[in-house]
Amino acid sequence: MNRPRTFEAPGIAPLLILLAVAIMAVLIVLPLATVFIEAFRKGLPGFRQALVDPDAISAMKLTLKVAAISVPLNAVFGLAAAWAITRFEFVGKSALLALIDLPFSISPVVSGLVWVLLFGAQGWFGEWLADHDVQIIFTTTGLVLATILVTLPFVARELIPLMQEQGADEEAAAITLGAGGLTTFFAITLPNVKWALLYGVLLCNARAMGEFGAVSVVSGHIRGETNTLPLHIEVLYNDYNFVGAFAVATLLAGLGLVTLLLKTALEVRYAGELSATRKH
Amino acid sequence: MRTLTIRRWREPSILPGFGLSLGLALAWLAAIVLIPLSALVIRPWELGVDGVWRTLTDPRVLASLRLSFGVSAAAALVNAPLGLLVAWVLVRYRFPGRRLLDACIDLPFALPTAVAGIALTAIYAPTGPLGGLFAKVGIKTAYSPIGIFIALLFIGLPFVVRGVQPVLQDLDREVEEAAETLGASNFQRVTQVVLPAVMPALLTGVGLAFARAVGEYGSVIFIAGNMPGVSEIAPLLIVIKLEQYDYAGAAAVGLAMLAISFGALLVINLIQTRLSQRGAA
Repeated sequence: MNRPRTFEAPGIAPLLILLAVAIMAVLIVLPLATVFIEAFRKGLPGFRQALVDPDAISAMKLTLKVAAISVPLNAVFGLAAAWAITRFEFVGKSALLALIDLPFSISPVVSGLVWVLLFGAQGWFGEWLADHDVQIIFTTTGLVLATILVTLPFVARELIPLMQEQGADEEAAAITLGAGGLTTFFAITLPNVKWALLYGVLLCNARAMGEFGAVSVVSGHIRGETNTLPLHIEVLYNDYNFVGAFAVATLLAGLGLVTLLLKTALEVRYAGELSATRKH
Repeated sequence: MRTLTIRRWREPSILPGFGLSLGLALAWLAAIVLIPLSALVIRPWELGVDGVWRTLTDPRVLASLRLSFGVSAAAALVNAPLGLLVAWVLVRYRFPGRRLLDACIDLPFALPTAVAGIALTAIYAPTGPLGGLFAKVGIKTAYSPIGIFIALLFIGLPFVVRGVQPVLQDLDREVEEAAETLGASNFQRVTQVVLPAVMPALLTGVGLAFARAVGEYGSVIFIAGNMPGVSEIAPLLIVIKLEQYDYAGAAAVGLAMLAISFGALLVINLIQTRLSQRGAA
C-alpha cells in the first residue's frame, strides 16, 4: 500500500500511532492483562484451588447448561425470523426488525427485571405459580429466560443482512424444479449461510456465558445452585477472595479471547459469506 | 385510468414456509420480548401517576438517573475524539502490529462485564497501579463517579471506532488531495474535508456508546463504590428496589431509563438527518 503521503507534515504519523497504541494499551489491554496477573498472585496453587472448588465447578456446569439451552433456541429463532423477513414481502416488516433489535437497547438489569415482574413473588403470575408449586425466579429456568432475552438478536442480526443480499433465486429455482421445502432449506439455504450462522452462534454463546446483569437479578445468588460463572466471580470478590475471583475470571476472559480469535478468523477466511457489514 | 388495487398484506411467493417461519418468530418475540416488556410498561402505574412521579422525583432516584445519564454522556463524548484517533490510525497508517491493534478494539465486547469490572477496579483502586498514581495527586478514581466514567470509557470505545472505521476507509482521498493542492493546510483538511464526512457515523457511534453506557451494570458496580446519591447508578437502584419487593418502583425506574434513552437517541437521529441533508446540499 504505497499511497502518497506527500501532504502530511513529517513526524505526525508516528506521533498519532503512538498515541493510539497508548490509548488502547491503557484503556483496553491493561484490564485484560490484569485479570491474568491477579489470578496468579498466589502462584499456581492458589489459582488451581479456586477452580477445583465445588461451588466453582457447579457454576461452570450451570453456565454451560444455560448456554446450551438458550443458544440453540435463539439460533432456531434467528433462522425462522431471517427466512420470513428475507424471503417474503409483508406489511409490518420494519416493525418486526425493530422488535428483534430491541433487546440490544435495553439495560441488562431491565432484561432481568421484566421476568421478576411476571414470575416473581408479586409478579403477574406469581400467585398462580405459587399455587401450582412452580418456581421460575431464583431457578435455572429464570436464568435461561433472562439469558434468552439478552441474546435474542445475535443470530438473527447476522443472518438477515446476508440472506437479503443473497436473494431467493436459488431457493426459487429448487422449488420450481420440484424440491420440497425442507430439502430446499437443508440443501441450499443452510449451506449458504453456515458461516454467518456460526458467527452469530459464537457471539450469542459468548454473551450467554458472560452475561451478568440480567442473570444477577433473577438468580438469587444461591451458592452451588443458581450461581453462573459471572455471578460466582461477584460472590468471591465480595468475600475479598480476590485471587479466587480473578482465577474464575480467567476462564471467562479465555472464552472471550477464543471467541475473538474465531470471529476474526471467520472474518478473514469467509468474508464473502458473512454479512456485508462484516467485510473488512 | 383507474386500476383497482387490492392491497394485500403480503406479496405472493412460490417459496414455502411463510406461515411457519413468521409464526415461530412472532411467537418467540411475543413470549420473550413483548409480554415481558409490557409488564415493564404497565406495572409502574399500579402506583398511580402520582406515585410514579413521587418515585422518580425521590432525591436518591433523581441523583442516580442524573449520574447514569450524565456520566454516560461524558464518557461517550470523550470517546468521540479517542475513537476517531484510533480509527484514523488503523485506517490511514501501515505499521507492525496494526492487525493486532485492530483485533484488540473488540476486547470490551468480548470480555464479560463482570470480568472487566473487577479488573478495572483492581487497576484504579487506591492500591492499584493507576489508582495509586492518581491518589498521589489527590484524585480518587475507583469508588467515585470518575471510576464509573473510566468503566464507561472502556465499554464505549469500540462502538465509536467500529462506527467510524468503514467511513474513513471509503473516504475519497482525492478530495483531500484536491484540497491540499488548492492550498488547504493540514488543519483545514481535517476540519473541512474529513470531519464533515465522518460526522454522521461518529454520531451513530457516540449514540450507541451512550445507550450502552446508560444501561451498563457489570463493569460499573464493582468500581463505582455505590454510595447512595453520589456513585449509585440507576440500574443498581432497580436491583435495590427489587430486593425490597418494590416491583412497581423498580419498574418505574426501568421505564424512565428506557424513555430517556429513546428520547436521547431520537435527538441524535434528528441531528444526524440534519447533518446528512446539509452534506447532500
